[in-house]
Amino acid sequence: MILLPCPFCGPRNVSEFRYVGEVSERPDPNETGVEEWRAFLYARNNPAGWTTETWFHSAGCRQHLVTERHTVTNVVRVSRLPEAQLRGRQEERATGGNVAGDGGGAIY
Amino acid sequence: MRASRAIQSVLRAATSSVGPDRNGSANGHKPYRYSAFDLVRHGFSQADWPRAWRKHDLKSSYDVVVVGGGVHGLATAYYLAKNHGITNVAVLDKGYIGSGGSGRNTAIIRSNYLTPEGIRFYDRSVKLYETLSADLNFNTMFAQRGHLTLAHNDSSLRTMRWRAEVNKLEGVDSEVIGPDEIKKLVPFMDTSEGVRYPILGALYHPPGGIIRHDAVVWGYARGADANGVHIHQNTEVTGIDVTGGRVEGVRTNQGDIATRVVVNCTAGWSTLISEMAGVKMPISTFPLQAAVTEPVRPFLDPVIVSGTLHVYVSQTDRGELVFGASVDPFTSYSMRGSLEFTEGLAGHVLELMPSLAKMRLLRQWSGLCDMTPDFSPIMGVTPVAGFLVDVGWGTYGFKAGPVSGETMASLVARGETPELIAPFGLDRFEGGDLMGEKGAAAVGH
Repeated sequence: MILLPCPFCGPRNVSEFRYVGEVSERPDPNETGVEEWRAFLYARNNPAGWTTETWFHSAGCRQHLVTERHTVTNVVRVSRLPEAQLRGRQEERATGGNVAGDGGGAIY
Repeated sequence: MRASRAIQSVLRAATSSVGPDRNGSANGHKPYRYSAFDLVRHGFSQADWPRAWRKHDLKSSYDVVVVGGGVHGLATAYYLAKNHGITNVAVLDKGYIGSGGSGRNTAIIRSNYLTPEGIRFYDRSVKLYETLSADLNFNTMFAQRGHLTLAHNDSSLRTMRWRAEVNKLEGVDSEVIGPDEIKKLVPFMDTSEGVRYPILGALYHPPGGIIRHDAVVWGYARGADANGVHIHQNTEVTGIDVTGGRVEGVRTNQGDIATRVVVNCTAGWSTLISEMAGVKMPISTFPLQAAVTEPVRPFLDPVIVSGTLHVYVSQTDRGELVFGASVDPFTSYSMRGSLEFTEGLAGHVLELMPSLAKMRLLRQWSGLCDMTPDFSPIMGVTPVAGFLVDVGWGTYGFKAGPVSGETMASLVARGETPELIAPFGLDRFEGGDLMGEKGAAAVGH
């Protein structure tokens, strides 16, 4: 079992969340070509290490959140609001930084 | 194709000096033959059995380097040597052979997929598995006990009918049966109507069954070794040298190898190996967990699969019940088990067979599944000349081992993509020609 820190709700059981996937910049559909668009759709970095990804707290606050997770150890070092929402606010919420506290948040 | 022509010319030059040897005696090694007589003789003499495959020093160059010593890699090497006479081949594994997906799957063999391309491909694999023990002179214990995919609702019953019709069209034995017939095949199954997930019917696939997966790995390793292939365990690939868009060599923790052809046959780490050659993959790695119970007397003949309940059950020859599930809900390279999986699995199994309530689990484990967007593998050439892939095996890699080895060997030797794997090329993602294989185990119905 893994606890995933939610920037709104604090550490919650990972089964409450829906995994959305790696964060990637969506190209502008009006500007991009077919190749770039399909690369956005299908290609993944899939690293064995730190990765930035989106989750949805479906059985909690029903907010999207962005985490930095190590895919080998499942340690989460950052859990924050998505970029778009961060930009929308003047400053990060008090809980929006590393809510996990000392040394990451995933606990088995 | 430029890449394939390059492979062809390289290999022709390489093999002409070595010369094909189809008798399995390259390097002067005479393979030991197992027989009933020998079993009796050894029983009396108590002598050690000869080693099934040998250890070699890593050479500084090979014609072909296969990365990954699982069933795919070893089968590729075996068919390269046996069918095409290319014996200067190295199989590298960072652990021991069969330590990845080949030793972690639930050993189910079937060909009742949904797409015609998928069915043709997996059916060839079933055919190869049927004669594998004789071909390899190694008992792989293939038991074709039949395979049942349960339907718990109208939509999945409709999918089963769809699959059955496409299967029949491709000449695969497959039909939809009702709860009464299921009850005859599996008396312990709860086929009553008043349950949460009533069983409305099932897709019955008589040629399906289970096999001893370790034996398949060892059989191919032994066969490849007898034909002159070098198997290098504890040899981790640390880099792939690409110059001017073509493979020049492989770097490992045991030394560097010069080679013009590298076949990526890894599962779980296929993204990382491909990245070394500069090839980006549409793959996400998910763990898939499985579990096994204590052994009991034989009571379950066919393999039971429920897509709705995300569970498959079979009883091994030793009597243990083997349970598998769908992949974990998020990507990871961690092979750590979770209690959540065990709880969910037990609940789902009891839904099907309540009489198993007192069974005790012996152990659970997990393996890494390289999931592709369309539940189909990625096989064939890449933009890097000499770098071939046999990856993206998701939840269906083990059953495809023999046919993948056969077709990848043919691709390396002849330089042209065999018809059977043409739909699975990496370029399908650029072209948008995805497969949509909804008959895969990871797909819920």
